[in-house]
Amino acid sequence: MARIDLDLAHAYRPDPQQDSDYALLPLKMSFRDGGAYALLGPSGCGKTTMLNIISGLVTPSQGTVKFDGRDMTHATPQQRNIAQVFQFPVIYDTMTVAENLAFPLRNRKVPAAQIKERVGRIAEMLDLSGHLDQRAANLAADAKQKISLGRGLVRPDVSAVLFDEPLTVIDPHLKWQLRRKLKQIHQELKLTLVYVTHDQVEALTFAEEVVVMTRGRAVQVGSAEALFERPQHTFVGHFIGSPGMNFLQVEAGERSLRVGGQSLPLPDGLRLPAGALTLGIRPEYLDLVAPGAEGSVTARIDRVQDIGTYLLIGVDIAGQPARLRLPMDRTPPRVGDAVGLRVLGEHTCFYLNEELVE
Amino acid sequence: MELTLHKVGKVVGAETWLRDIDLALQPGAVTVLLGVTQAGKTSLMRAMAGLDTPTSGCVKVDGRDVTGVPVRERNVSMVYQQFINYPSLKVFDNIASPLKLRGDKDIERRVKALAERLHIGAFLQRYPAELSGGQQQRVALARALAKGAPLMLLDEPLVNLDYKLREGLRDELSQLFAAGDSTVVYATTEPAEALLLGGYTAVMEKGEVLQYGPTAEVFHAPRSLRVARAFSDPPMNLLAGDAEHAHLRLPGDLRLPLPPALAGLQGPVTLGIRAAALRTVARPDDIALAGTVELSEISGSDTYVHIRTATGDLVAQFTGVRHHALGDRLTVFLHPDHVYLFDAAGVLLQAPERSPVH
Repeated sequence: MARIDLDLAHAYRPDPQQDSDYALLPLKMSFRDGGAYALLGPSGCGKTTMLNIISGLVTPSQGTVKFDGRDMTHATPQQRNIAQVFQFPVIYDTMTVAENLAFPLRNRKVPAAQIKERVGRIAEMLDLSGHLDQRAANLAADAKQKISLGRGLVRPDVSAVLFDEPLTVIDPHLKWQLRRKLKQIHQELKLTLVYVTHDQVEALTFAEEVVVMTRGRAVQVGSAEALFERPQHTFVGHFIGSPGMNFLQVEAGERSLRVGGQSLPLPDGLRLPAGALTLGIRPEYLDLVAPGAEGSVTARIDRVQDIGTYLLIGVDIAGQPARLRLPMDRTPPRVGDAVGLRVLGEHTCFYLNEELVE
Repeated sequence: MELTLHKVGKVVGAETWLRDIDLALQPGAVTVLLGVTQAGKTSLMRAMAGLDTPTSGCVKVDGRDVTGVPVRERNVSMVYQQFINYPSLKVFDNIASPLKLRGDKDIERRVKALAERLHIGAFLQRYPAELSGGQQQRVALARALAKGAPLMLLDEPLVNLDYKLREGLRDELSQLFAAGDSTVVYATTEPAEALLLGGYTAVMEKGEVLQYGPTAEVFHAPRSLRVARAFSDPPMNLLAGDAEHAHLRLPGDLRLPLPPALAGLQGPVTLGIRAAALRTVARPDDIALAGTVELSEISGSDTYVHIRTATGDLVAQFTGVRHHALGDRLTVFLHPDHVYLFDAAGVLLQAPERSPVH
């Protein structure tokens, strides 16, 4: 296992001039030894490029990759001692499940007794113990993918295990069980794991730290809680959560905040840079109160949706749209109603040029 | 338009793809066909469109029997999972094609307005191959909307897109459907998508329509266990119990008072609990369910906690990001009024009350 440090940038064209020429903009990042990380972002954000740079499939056009302080920038995946699991099962159909799992160990001339012990342990973790002597060819797609996962995890001495959307082929009803397995395995084996996905459930559930990426930039590295509560960048607020964070254009004064022609007193202790700012508040935290209630802005109800487990309310705050979630036991407002909204609270964030104002 | 199906069946070889379907689509509204893969959604749409002739029964449009009338003689537009556009036509001409075919006026303004609405206004002079998958699908959607056919069929149109894109597009579509007067049929495998689209929902399973009605109504009062299972994400928690002496007896020594109307109930019943009905803070009259955490899944806006209890395995849904490590002790609470009851045959006996939404 290893700590991995990246200090690099990558462009697929020589001589990059502008941000859009980079697949990965200059970044510095460290993956802790034994940590579980997810790289999360929409397609084209650079997450797969980053994974390929860690594995050694891609050499960064500038900068270095270090494993435990040693420069590995030009080392092959074999030299880096990396295990990889891909979207689709990669297994040997003619071998049994046990032989498939043992393959990476046998390749490295691990003693037979040790192989047996390790294969048995991994098989048990993945509920494959009953199938060890079965030929892999006849298994269902999700069992085959479990073998691929097992093969990735079977070597105790790898620097890191890299996963590229490994649950794509898994039936939705079985996904949570495999997510659970992966989490358990991480707790037991303490391997350094890096997991690429565009699925926020997968990333937030699996990882201790999620790297949120957009347009070649890692905009935040943090726990699920940090990404939800304190998005460092408006993209994170938008991308994490469904619906994402509401953003309102506001104007900060010395003691007050202007929101769409309405003025709110700023609470004591809240200091903001004067001028135009973006206020961010999640639909879960936007509080609906009586119109004119102290400390609220007036808004109009635009849309009321019964989403089954909660009410999703669309509001218009002097021309700026926002949404909020109401528990099912609240009396639903009616479209056209004037209401009050509390936009200032402990969960409110402010952004200047997309970045969080600390 | 009014589209009605009378005892529509489709048998292919030894398999029954559609079984005795009676359905009168709500005119001018969106109807969601909800069901897992192979439930019969696509077969039903093909019968509605005239792409396939049913083996039995008839399809009527505004009272006229159109069974067997081919699709080209009907005014229908269809959007598939895969993006289908004219590769040799620019985006503008792709969207304009149904309008040109009809010799409509005002084509430029209408194409531009639709393109703006679907955020592809900047690409009108490009070819489809120069666009991302999400943009190509928006072109296909814009063309279908431009046609303005009285019947519009969409077969999982957003399934191949990133979730954030899906969220935005779903929102746009549901508003466009509401503003137009086409009768829309929209197939999906996702309960959450049905709830967000609103309108009406037909729950399908194994070639049958199990229930049809306003979406929120079907969700809140599923007629049967089969509907409750199909229309719940996460799955409804189902526990086997015995009714006696105005109480329900459940494994783990749990007793639940039956509602007064069902006080005389005797024998085996199934108790259904939506994940969102469980909470971690007790309120008056709640019952407690103690257990251990199997996994805590974080979706961004919600946390789904899988809990093993003496009464059975449960999934609880909590708002926001919550931390529960594997193996943690956790007690959840439930109000007896917030449960569903199904009799031994799986017929709904009681559903929780709720406030209507206007």
